[in-house]
Amino acid sequence: MDENTQLIVSTAPHLRDEDSVSMIMYSVVWALMPATLSAVFFFRGRAVAIILTCIITAMLAEALAQRVRGVPITLWEGSALVTGLLLGLNLPPTVPLWMAALGTGVAIVVGKQVFGGLGHNPFNPALVGRAFLLAAFPVYMTSWIAPFDAVSASTPLAQGAGGIYSYGHLYLGLVPGSLGETSAFALLLGALYLLYREYIDWRIPAGYLGTVAVISLLAGQDPLFQLLSGGLMLGALFMATDMVTTPITRAGRWLFGIGAGVILMVIRLWGAMPEGVTYSILLMNGVTPLLNRWTRPRIFGHGGVKDNG
Amino acid sequence: MPAPGKVILSLQQHTGGPSKPLVEVGQEVKLGQKIADGSSFISATLHASVAGKVVEIAPRPHPAGGDVTAIVIENDGSDEWAEGIGPKGDLESLTPEQIRGIVKEAGIVGLGGAAFPTHVKINPPPDKPIEYLVLNGCECEAYLTTDHRLMIERTEDIAFGAKALAKALGVKKVIIGVERNKPEAAVAFNEIAARDDLFQVESLEVKYPQGAEKQLIYSLLGREVPSRGLPADVGVVVQNVATAAAVADAIIKGWPLIKRVITVSGSGVREPKNVEVRLGTPVKDIIEFAGGYEGTPGKVLMGGPMTGMAVYSTEVPVMKGTSGIIIMPREEAKQYDPLPCIRCGRCVDACPAYLMPITIANFTEKGMLQEADQYGAMDCIECGCCTYVCPAKRFLLHWIQLAKHQLLALKRQTG
Repeated sequence: MDENTQLIVSTAPHLRDEDSVSMIMYSVVWALMPATLSAVFFFRGRAVAIILTCIITAMLAEALAQRVRGVPITLWEGSALVTGLLLGLNLPPTVPLWMAALGTGVAIVVGKQVFGGLGHNPFNPALVGRAFLLAAFPVYMTSWIAPFDAVSASTPLAQGAGGIYSYGHLYLGLVPGSLGETSAFALLLGALYLLYREYIDWRIPAGYLGTVAVISLLAGQDPLFQLLSGGLMLGALFMATDMVTTPITRAGRWLFGIGAGVILMVIRLWGAMPEGVTYSILLMNGVTPLLNRWTRPRIFGHGGVKDNG
Repeated sequence: MPAPGKVILSLQQHTGGPSKPLVEVGQEVKLGQKIADGSSFISATLHASVAGKVVEIAPRPHPAGGDVTAIVIENDGSDEWAEGIGPKGDLESLTPEQIRGIVKEAGIVGLGGAAFPTHVKINPPPDKPIEYLVLNGCECEAYLTTDHRLMIERTEDIAFGAKALAKALGVKKVIIGVERNKPEAAVAFNEIAARDDLFQVESLEVKYPQGAEKQLIYSLLGREVPSRGLPADVGVVVQNVATAAAVADAIIKGWPLIKRVITVSGSGVREPKNVEVRLGTPVKDIIEFAGGYEGTPGKVLMGGPMTGMAVYSTEVPVMKGTSGIIIMPREEAKQYDPLPCIRCGRCVDACPAYLMPITIANFTEKGMLQEADQYGAMDCIECGCCTYVCPAKRFLLHWIQLAKHQLLALKRQTG
């Protein structure tokens, strides 16, 4: 036996799960592929140009910000790619490319890097970028075109239920809207994959979509129309389930979903805007630390016994 | 495996105060002779695991790191028993007091890993009546198979030892918890339960950490040991099956605890096997006995892969609480650079103590000890599940352990 063998010493445990941050990030990218392809299918070259602009800007901005901050550049972990792709899918097909790039820069720098980068941002970066664009360029951000023919049109939500679009149109995505939000089918396909991999918690979309359905019913609205239209599917399945900006407890995730649903319906029913997914999720991001604190699990052994500690 | 040429018997074999040596350098000792005595209430006696000459009483590498005083005995190969080693009489005629005395004199500690002195465990305070003795037949960790082998090969001895422990505790029921992946063990114990009302066999889901004391009690009886409490607080005492077998040896044959069964495993060793070794056998002798390394060794663990200690030297000896030696080849002993927490919440979902590991770890990292305490750092059972599942490869358990150490130190300071 070799007496000089150098042994590695470390703390327990000595086994680790195979999963990693980058595997999660790239799985999200894969899960967004059906929605991305449907965006390209419906909106053609515009979709390709906007999505690529967002992705490239996101990676550049991330690398630049990390360089300026003097921290290692970690583009490989994939979170900037996810932000870029998500923001691209959240933009109307008609936005100018410079605007897409600007929004992405804001998302990465203001939404993420100023807080310390990956894991430290309180708000979903892609939604920060979208909210910024919505506030700065409201006209561009709410101008829509119909799929395929690039004729300007209004969204199903602006028309209201009973408009020209059927459930089938909404389900498949044959409606005006942001690039990746229109096809519920494509979004569900991707989300099912993430649910299967346990990369998203079903409690958030269940709470979010369930609340929207219930409030729609109570308010005399068509719940299925409310669920399928606007950015709700994209938001509920891919943005509200962002790990970094949502609670880490199971009960907290229920509350997060329900809270987002309530805020969304308040905006849709009584707000000045037809749509409010972005703000509903951002507002709930803001209360996430509180939700974590309120939903601390009962520690084992603290059942009926008074804690003297 | 045959007794080694030299044994290193650390004076810190167990949970509690170190033992005090009773022998001097140069003295001849016989097999089973008492060579060190417990120094405090929670402590254990130590016996010569070979016959021969004490060649050294000096600091030696300890599995937990650093050096601890150990008695080194050179084996003369005679294996001559010390005087007075012999059957302790009929179990029927022994009083609970006598059983506790035998267990204490034999230096028996919990052999599952924690090495808590057994005589203390079977002497609970009078205000805490014990209802059940639970025999832990769940392998505490992956890779380890000693409990499984013992349950099949020494079923009668385990039952005898359990009976003795039950008598010492005055309990009317012994529950044997066996995981479902060990059907032969369940069959063997069912035969015993069929002829003896004292025993009851319960099959348990295979999961980690099923063998953790408090989680095991909850699985079997639905009782939650209160925070900072002991199983005795809910009327239960848990003993490992190997401990019960050692108690049987101590009563039937009069043997003190001088050997134990350990698993030698991992893909870094040529012939993985379970071996019975003398206490104090250096790890390198055992690896050699198991055919030596396969490939380049990366980590040598004492205990299991989740809670075991990575030793820095194979000079360290087998202790009473050593349940296994796992050899991980270099390519398996991966080192990770942690990324920032992405707040996926998996550690929260995984924690069997229902803690928020990342929150405690973050508080500790920032030096916010009081907050770490409020979030239940002291309730951590150190199973390692949080670190295992973390996709950012953060050292969560490490930080929580640090919080526990610092909180305990703080408590000692402030009284």
